[in-house]
Amino acid sequence: MTSTDTQFPLELNQPRLSIQKPEPRYDKQGEMADTERLDRAMRGFVKDFGATAALYMESCVHCGQCAEVCQYYVQTGDPRYTPIWKLEPFKQAYKREVGPFAPFFRLFNLKRRVTVQELEDWQDLIYDSCTQCGRCTMVCPMGIDIASLVGLARHGMAAAGLVPHELWATVERAKREGSPLGATPAVLKDRIAWLEDEHGVEIPLDLERADVLMTISSIEVMKYPQSIVALARIMKRMGASWTFRSEGYEATNFSMFAGDQQGQREASLKLIEAAIAVGARTLILPECGHAYQALRWQGANLYGKPLPFRVLQIAEYLAEGIRQGKLQLQPVQNSATFHDPCQIVRRGGATEAPREVLHALGVDLREMDAHGAYNWCCGGGGGVVTIHRADPLRYKTYQIKMQQVEDTGAEMLVSTCSNCRQTFDDGQAHFHWDKTAQSLLELVADHLVTEQE
Amino acid sequence: MSTETDLLDFARGPALEAALIILVFGMFWRLVGVLVLRRPRDLSEPRVRHAWLGGIRTIFTRMWPRREFRPRILHWEAVSYVFHFSLALVILGLLPHILLIRDITGLSWPGLPTGVITFAAGVALISLLALLAHRATHPVLRQISNFDDYFSWLLVFTPLLTGLMAYYHLGGRYEDLLAVHMLSAELLLAWLPFSKLAHTVLFLFSRGVTGTIYSRRGAQT
Repeated sequence: MTSTDTQFPLELNQPRLSIQKPEPRYDKQGEMADTERLDRAMRGFVKDFGATAALYMESCVHCGQCAEVCQYYVQTGDPRYTPIWKLEPFKQAYKREVGPFAPFFRLFNLKRRVTVQELEDWQDLIYDSCTQCGRCTMVCPMGIDIASLVGLARHGMAAAGLVPHELWATVERAKREGSPLGATPAVLKDRIAWLEDEHGVEIPLDLERADVLMTISSIEVMKYPQSIVALARIMKRMGASWTFRSEGYEATNFSMFAGDQQGQREASLKLIEAAIAVGARTLILPECGHAYQALRWQGANLYGKPLPFRVLQIAEYLAEGIRQGKLQLQPVQNSATFHDPCQIVRRGGATEAPREVLHALGVDLREMDAHGAYNWCCGGGGGVVTIHRADPLRYKTYQIKMQQVEDTGAEMLVSTCSNCRQTFDDGQAHFHWDKTAQSLLELVADHLVTEQE
Repeated sequence: MSTETDLLDFARGPALEAALIILVFGMFWRLVGVLVLRRPRDLSEPRVRHAWLGGIRTIFTRMWPRREFRPRILHWEAVSYVFHFSLALVILGLLPHILLIRDITGLSWPGLPTGVITFAAGVALISLLALLAHRATHPVLRQISNFDDYFSWLLVFTPLLTGLMAYYHLGGRYEDLLAVHMLSAELLLAWLPFSKLAHTVLFLFSRGVTGTIYSRRGAQT
């Protein structure tokens, strides 16, 4: 069993932020009898089971195509990593408990009751080896959104206390301190003061009214603070009325990855309430893929009504600024390729915005062979980058990405997700690769037409 | 009356009726059992209006894999296509089938020459055997396959085989073979709503739903 608090120190000297490596284990949280754990898993799983998920559960024809596009199967050849197989215990539970023929399945015991042991065995399939990138969704001839089903399975696993340790601890920290990586309001305030001082920029914090509520990923606060400076420069150039708010700034939502719905809702509500409090018309999400999924597409549903403001990912906001003529950019002299963050592009639909920005930068854009909605994941999404025991597997999947980037022959690699970015940094260090992923936001800030002040 | 014609009468009469009733009510039950579950309204601001059009479009676009995915799946996808097309030709092109469908639904259309049908049936059988071999040997398919996959395969294979045998009068009296053919096809119809074979109907819904959700976000489907 794992317990809370500061016994999970951060690894600040590593290429990616995480908590320090625990002993090998399989992870359980809380003390409870197996029957209760199982009961909680199943209730957590079916709690939000709607017609859509049920339809997906009914529709699989076992064709196996999902495996052929999944980075985990492609790189290992291990059939356990077949995306739909990752849901097997939950599929069984669905057929036995929820489906239209559930009474028959129970009566004749056609589908056995799932055991806690099975759920434990499936932990690495539901978490370590799925970034919820959704590539399998795109190939499925029945159109099953497998990534969303993995999300539901994680609800069950979280309710049963069967979350990989680091992901769980990250969520605990986020709920306790307001940030998964120690970027508490006090730390944020400190950082902002230091950055203002160091870079001579103005970074509004806690203004009472603003048109734009800016949010941030704690990965940026702790590891890529230059992103905040870039943001400040750009917002000033655009003449925007904007602010951070210390009661709602953290855009990451690791609870969503862990399957902790309560935590996910609380994290989203902080942002929503902060935006309403300052009278914001627009809430900007940082370079963070899952933040977009959590707030742009799930936020209103957890809030219970439509949001009274727009939610834009920063690349969308930049593209808008360029269209409106508020941002003039100097040309970048290099060729570049763009890594599509899965949650922003494939599962978020913001495919064109980052490309518009790159176009405005005059970049010679060399797309990867599979890009946009068909892109390969960096391997770090879905909370996987936090899980240490998943590292060897993650490096295997990362090799696909490296090869893709190399094949373009582009000089630069640009993306718009700091979680992808730290995955790239970590992979770069591991493979001694000569390519560094760059932030689209920072690239724009570095190429603003010289300021007239 | 001999027992053999009794069997044929049974296959043409009560067995057919029972199979059709099970088919219709089973499918109805399965669809209703799913569609009555919660369908909460999505409150997020859509990027694209009339996303359901994207759902309809996806029903068609998912008929063929995207360029990015083809190298790893196209060969077996092609075999599967050969099977589905030839099966459709056999079911919808053979005159006695058309007459049966006309009796039940009132719809009819011209049939195809029996030479074409027997050829298509042969192709369907061979492609089914190939798909079975693939399922039995590919590590992924072995992992995920269950009773439903193999039993459904058998129930599709048998009517094709017995139909050909009846046509060529192989292995028994025509009436017997025809009765066995009809009974096996009826078993298939009765099994369909409870099995993976329900994808004949479900694909419309699952593709449509995902197409709508993703279109709403302005994403590719």
